[in-house]
Parts: sequence; structure tokens; C-alpha cells
Amino acid sequence: MGTLNTLTLTDAIRKLHNNEITLDALYADVNSAVSSKNSALNIYLAQDKYAEKSAEKGTLSLLRGVPIAVKDNFLTVGLPTTASSKVLDGFMPPYESTVTSKLKKAGGVIFGKTNMDAWAHGSSTETSDYGPTKNPRNPEHLPGGSSGGSAAAVAADMCIAAIGSETAGSIRQPSAWCGVVGLKPTYGRVSRAGVVAMGSSLDCPGPITKTVEDAAILLNVIAGQDKYDATTSPVQVPDFTKMLKTGVKGVRVGIAYIDHEKLVGTPAAKAVEQAAEVLQSLGAIVDRVPLSQTLKDNTILTPDYAIGVYTVVQRGEVSSNLARYDGIRYGHDRTHFGDEAKRRIMLGTFTLSKGYADKYYVKAQQVRSLYIQNFRQLFSRYDVLISPTSPGYALKLGASKDNPMFGELEDMLEEPSSITGLPGINVPCGHDKKTNLYLGLNIVSAQWNEGLVLRAGYAFEQNTYWNSWLKKDK
Amino acid sequence: MSTAVVQHIAKLANIPITSAEEKKLADGFTTTLGVVDQLKKLDTSTVEPTHQVTGLQNVLRDDGIDRDRMFTQEQALANALHTHNGYIVVEQILDQE
Repeated sequence: MGTLNTLTLTDAIRKLHNNEITLDALYADVNSAVSSKNSALNIYLAQDKYAEKSAEKGTLSLLRGVPIAVKDNFLTVGLPTTASSKVLDGFMPPYESTVTSKLKKAGGVIFGKTNMDAWAHGSSTETSDYGPTKNPRNPEHLPGGSSGGSAAAVAADMCIAAIGSETAGSIRQPSAWCGVVGLKPTYGRVSRAGVVAMGSSLDCPGPITKTVEDAAILLNVIAGQDKYDATTSPVQVPDFTKMLKTGVKGVRVGIAYIDHEKLVGTPAAKAVEQAAEVLQSLGAIVDRVPLSQTLKDNTILTPDYAIGVYTVVQRGEVSSNLARYDGIRYGHDRTHFGDEAKRRIMLGTFTLSKGYADKYYVKAQQVRSLYIQNFRQLFSRYDVLISPTSPGYALKLGASKDNPMFGELEDMLEEPSSITGLPGINVPCGHDKKTNLYLGLNIVSAQWNEGLVLRAGYAFEQNTYWNSWLKKDK
Repeated sequence: MSTAVVQHIAKLANIPITSAEEKKLADGFTTTLGVVDQLKKLDTSTVEPTHQVTGLQNVLRDDGIDRDRMFTQEQALANALHTHNGYIVVEQILDQE
């Protein structure tokens, strides 16, 4: 057996284009990785038996028929879609999500559907009704979530690239824990049509890939206004691969959050300080942004409040979105909801109910405005902000059990940028040789500035040795 | 949060829960709302709430039929658990008089 499954998307496309490799050989290697690893890691919930046949149709298009893993909350005709919940067990979507339909049009193949936290509620992939996914880097540890299956599929080379979705951290945090690249686009950049709705003012589909260049290629395919999602923006979509390799000379970088009590002295904070030095050595202008408990110019508002904002806004939107599951038109009835979904639906119902909406929901949306003001001011001074993606390495299996705030605490460094709709990328920035686990760098910029986020991520990735697919001799 | 409130919310949200779950849920909600209560520390008396971040307003579509989005009867019924003569069977909610 060969190792073509370990190819990056960039290399796979190039080699297929130049006829250096065949689709048959590529699929043979990916299939072989899946058959040897899937039962232990529990990554794919469904696979397309005819993937290779569809691949042949894509050979002349941009993506050349490469196999792409897609999170199980994207509707896919011909492949069951459950969002990892028993409520949707056996559901066969009658229409295709915009994202997967764009991938197919570009010659990509929806190779399989990946495990996730049920309804994308969580940051561990342990709340899946189909059992947890294990981290391919170290199977005693969690892959993170909610797009844990997609991040694990990439890390295990069980696909060439993947698609996830993020509400607050669900692309970037599992990418950090699995040592892969994950890009959360600006809210409204990528269509949510045909994605199982969770937090409608927050949900963002995005690429999970082996390299930053791979992420740019996939973002080019999936971005853009969609008549089926009124929140997608008419803002022009640039070619994200074009500016990618122009470096970070003169880019103003702010180091954020590492003064937070949960981060001081941690490996994650140290890794970010080292990352800042790398960016500085490449010509970036680096500065530390002081942490603040209140809104103040030139300081960054503590992420602590974003946990509360996210908790209220997300649960409110969940209670509304999951009201549609009645088991009549499709799916099964409401007795099939798991514990986490019950908790979220009920808390959202409470915070939106008469007498409490002003106290909780409106208050949260006001604090959301404070974060927007804070970032607006900071992005007049900085081009990008960097921080750890997660406060630490991947936790062990079982860590999320019986902790109603597990996800919120693990994702606190992404929540401010999520509630404000900003783009951010995770790139690996540290590795523990003993456990084989990774740390991630979160690079965030202003709305619609994915180009710069990718450029900074690319410069960092190419000038460090953390990316396991780009290992080169020193 | 009391178990009585939990029962009330469960009814509003149409979520069937057992009495064993009530206490656990009440404790969990109390913990979570404790975190949310931190928001009180911030003065927002002069701040407008943000409901969406796109800045888009009044996004309208043409008032027409999009045939690409229409289901056949077969597609529309394909995932329903109970159907009868081309209809979806639902529970009776009105009295027969």
C-alpha cells in the first residue's frame, strides 16, 4: 500500500493534474487508511460507496476528484445526515447543502460524513449519540469538537481535506487538538443553507485541512453570496490563494489573552510568545495587547464575559432552531434528544421566556455590542490578533462528562471572535513529543479579512516545524 | 433554579424529562446561570443590543416560485414515519364534535 492518503490537498491536485498519480491509487490509499483505522477512532458515520465513481467526473475540475470528509450536519443527498443525533437517525436529506453542492461542482467528492457532538453542541465529540471519536494523534485523548470527526479525519489521513462548521470554536479548537489547520470564515462569507441550524447568528461553515494553502483553496470554492441564505454577504470574494505567499512584513500583530489567569505560564501561552517572535523575525510589528475587565481603548476585553454572551445567545437560538424536530415530517420525536441537547434547549427556552428575556438575552446582546466596539477599535491599531486556540493540549476521553460548561470554557478564546463574526484560523504552534499532542495558534482579523488571516498563517506555518505534513530538514 | 421551574420549562420546550433528571438539570442550570450572571458587572445602560453582525438590512427575494427547490410528493413524504394516501399522519389535536 502507498501513502497517497498523506498528500495535502495542494499536492494531490497538482499530482493529479500532472498525471503523476492516478485517482485509483489515491482512493486505494485513502480507503486502506479508513479500513485500518475507522473502527478504532470512530470518525466516519457514513461513507459514499460510489465515491470513486463520482471522482472520475471531477477529474477536469479544480479539485480533480479528491475525497473530502464532511461534518454530518451538512445535508447530502444520497448520504444519511444525522448531526450525530438519534433524532435524525436514518434521515436522508431531500436536498443538498450549498457548501457540498459547491464542492461537487468544483470536482470534489463527498467521501464520507464525520462524527460530531450531537447537534454541534460541545467541544469534545463525546456528546455524539454514536459514540466519541478518538484523537488520531493519541487515542486516549479527545479530538475536540464539535467538528472533531472532520479534524480527526484530516489528522489520520483518512481524507485529503475536510469541511467543518463553527459556532464558537468548533472548527478551530478540534483543529488545535488534532494538530491540523482550521479556518473559521467571517460570518456571512459561507452559506449556511442546508446546514443543520444551531446558532443561526453564529454558525459558519469552513475548511479543516492539512495546510494553510489547502484551506485557501477550499475557501475559494465554498465562499460567496447564496440566494438560499439571506445572511450571506454581497462583499466580493477575492482569490484567497493569490495573496497567500506575500509574507507578513509590516503586518501589525497584537498578542492577546496570554495575561489571562488561565493562561499565565502555560505551554499554550509560551507557544504563542514564540510564535510572535517568529512573526517578528519575518518583519511583522508585534505588540502585546493588555487585558482589561472593562471596555477601554487599546486593551482587549477579557474573554470571560464572552462565555456568558455565547451561552445565552447560543442556547436561545438552539431552543428556537430545535423546536422544529417534531418527528412528524422527518426524524424521530423529542424523546430522542440526548442530555446536552435537552440542557441547551431548556436553558434557551428559559432565558427567552417572559420576565427573563431582558435580564439574560438582551443583556447578552448588549455585551456582544461591547465586544464589537472593542475589536473595531483594536483593528484600527492591529491587522491581526494572535492567541492560543485552546488553553491547553487535548484532554483525555471522559473529560466533558457531566460538565454543563465544558465547551464554553474550552472555547473561551474563540468566543469573542465568534460572537462578533470575525474570521480566524488555527495553525499548529507546538507539539509535545511525549503525548504526540499539539497546541494551536489562533490568528484573528477584522470582518472579511480572511486573506490576511491566511497570509499570516501561511508565513508562520512555512517558517516553523509544527505542521506534520510539511516536515522539512533543518 | 428550582425543580418546579425546570418542570415548567420542560413543558414550554416540549422536552420529556424524568423526575430523576429534574434535580440534575436544576443544578446544572444554576451553575450555568452563575457564569452568565458575570455579565451584570458590565455597564450596558447606553448600549444597543446586537442581533446580527452582517450589517445587511431587508434582504428580499423575488416573489416567485423556484422550481429547483420544489419537492415531489415522494421526496416530501420520504422521511415521514407515518403516511397515508400521500399525506403525513399527525396526532389529532381537535375534538370531534
